[in-house]
Amino acid sequence: MIWNQAAECMSREEKRRLQSQRLKELVARVYANCEPYRKRMQEAGVTPDDIQSIDDIAKLPFTSKKDLRDYYPWGMLSAPLSDIVRIHASSGTTGKPIVAGYTANDLKIWEEVGARCLAAFGMDKNDVFHVSYGYGLFTGGLGAHGAGQNLGATVIPMSVGNTEKQLLMMHDLGATAIACTPSYALYLTEALEKSGIPREEFKLRVGVLGAEPWTEAMRKEIEQRLQIKAYDIYGLTEIIGPGVGHECEFQCGTHLHDDHFYPEIIDPETGEVLPEGSTGELVFTTLTKEGMPLIRFRTRDLTRLVYEKCQCGRTTVRMEKILGRSDDMLIIRGVNVFPSQVEAVLCEMEEVEPHFFITVDRVNNTDTFDIQVEVKEQFYTDDIKGMVKLQKKVVAKLQSVIGISPNIILSEPRSIERSQGKAKRVLDKRKFQ
Amino acid sequence: MTTKQLSIFLENKTGRLNDVAKILSESSINMKAFSIADNTDFGILRVLVSDTDKAYQILKQNGFAVKFTDVITLHISNTPGSLYSILDLLATANIYIEYMYAFSEGEQASVVIRPDNLEEAVKVLKQNNIQ
Ligand SMILES: [Zn+2]
Repeated sequence: MIWNQAAECMSREEKRRLQSQRLKELVARVYANCEPYRKRMQEAGVTPDDIQSIDDIAKLPFTSKKDLRDYYPWGMLSAPLSDIVRIHASSGTTGKPIVAGYTANDLKIWEEVGARCLAAFGMDKNDVFHVSYGYGLFTGGLGAHGAGQNLGATVIPMSVGNTEKQLLMMHDLGATAIACTPSYALYLTEALEKSGIPREEFKLRVGVLGAEPWTEAMRKEIEQRLQIKAYDIYGLTEIIGPGVGHECEFQCGTHLHDDHFYPEIIDPETGEVLPEGSTGELVFTTLTKEGMPLIRFRTRDLTRLVYEKCQCGRTTVRMEKILGRSDDMLIIRGVNVFPSQVEAVLCEMEEVEPHFFITVDRVNNTDTFDIQVEVKEQFYTDDIKGMVKLQKKVVAKLQSVIGISPNIILSEPRSIERSQGKAKRVLDKRKFQ
Repeated sequence: MTTKQLSIFLENKTGRLNDVAKILSESSINMKAFSIADNTDFGILRVLVSDTDKAYQILKQNGFAVKFTDVITLHISNTPGSLYSILDLLATANIYIEYMYAFSEGEQASVVIRPDNLEEAVKVLKQNNIQ
């Protein structure tokens, strides 16, 4: 179902007018209320008067993650703290967290875009919505919660952990939809299979999955083993949280709510806006946010945007699968390697589990590239030859996709840590040398 | 003549064999014979135990990859030439031995054989009155 026909199906001309109007208001607001933005615009020689249409956005300076850390905690707010009703923060691995403040209106926008996502996944007020994202500073839990509540669904605020209890509640309360990370969905699948409770006793049919990158192959695995339809919900803590975009029933890219979050594709080296259809770094401007609006925020995600109207009837711009993050990219022996590529290859092989752990190191000036993988139980053999053959098969498959040969370490069942949040799958020891 | 052997996949890290031995001993399961095949990355422990089904369950519960493999166990006299005569029989019948290991107790010796064609091997040995 389309939650907001007017917003999600408006013509491109109409959308541009709305975006232009909103951008003008936004720039006036941040210029008046947020010192870092005002200073930066002055340095760039731009005033609010220079912004007359959405195309003028290219005149504005970028914002980065670093800015959000530098002005921690309140420096990037464009509204007084008295108007801020909620705080969320990202769990950045280094240094200070990134703190975002939401006004009451920001929360309303978030619940609106969140409900659009759930409706697109075929959910409505009759659904029992089990939220297994973490509640707290992380945007996942409360974001999905607000979306479900706005939709009118029966929301179960489970949060993370205690998988047995999760299964019990899901079973007893008849959950029809679950929100969690794709890796937790896999973890839960294993737990469900192990529990011995027949699948028919669960009513689960929709997975609202996000907060970490996942592959098509991983989706297939989740859909087959957990017997649900798995949809991607897209979000960034800095922008608003889950709800920035969603897949529709045709699963042909992620529809972005571009009436609220305006996306651009730029050249990550030069900062130039690239022509329509180019692949480059995704940049967002939050057109309507009041608490901590972001202007031209650089996501570091590499992708492509598609502007054609979708078969589902929506005209919101679609983002293709994210190719990788420039931060995640490993350069091994001079070759760019994305952990998502490794995952995709492993998911396609029936003999191994989709879990893996990459260790990169430098020994005698040469990069080493180890990948620990688990063999599925029925594929362990009684002889060394059989196992070596399997090992070689995995190496050859990976080599054909990523261009260099990893050293594959076959390991015992469940010896690779199952992540309940963002999966930790890489250790780059070169960073510690 | 045929016995169920347990084959256990082991990562090449110290202590894994100890773990298996400990787990089995804690359940009062006796290891009658074993051998280890390994390369630099991993190993496969093949073992005959006093209670195969129980050992299988317990190892599985402890997260090991365990498989049943049918092998031939023969009790032969602990004298020169007794093993040779058996191997010769199998070779003549074109049966290839994937691996074997042996253990002896006083007068008696036992040999565990994993042939590529189990049925055929059993037939040949029976025809020659070898138990
Ligand atoms: Zn669509």
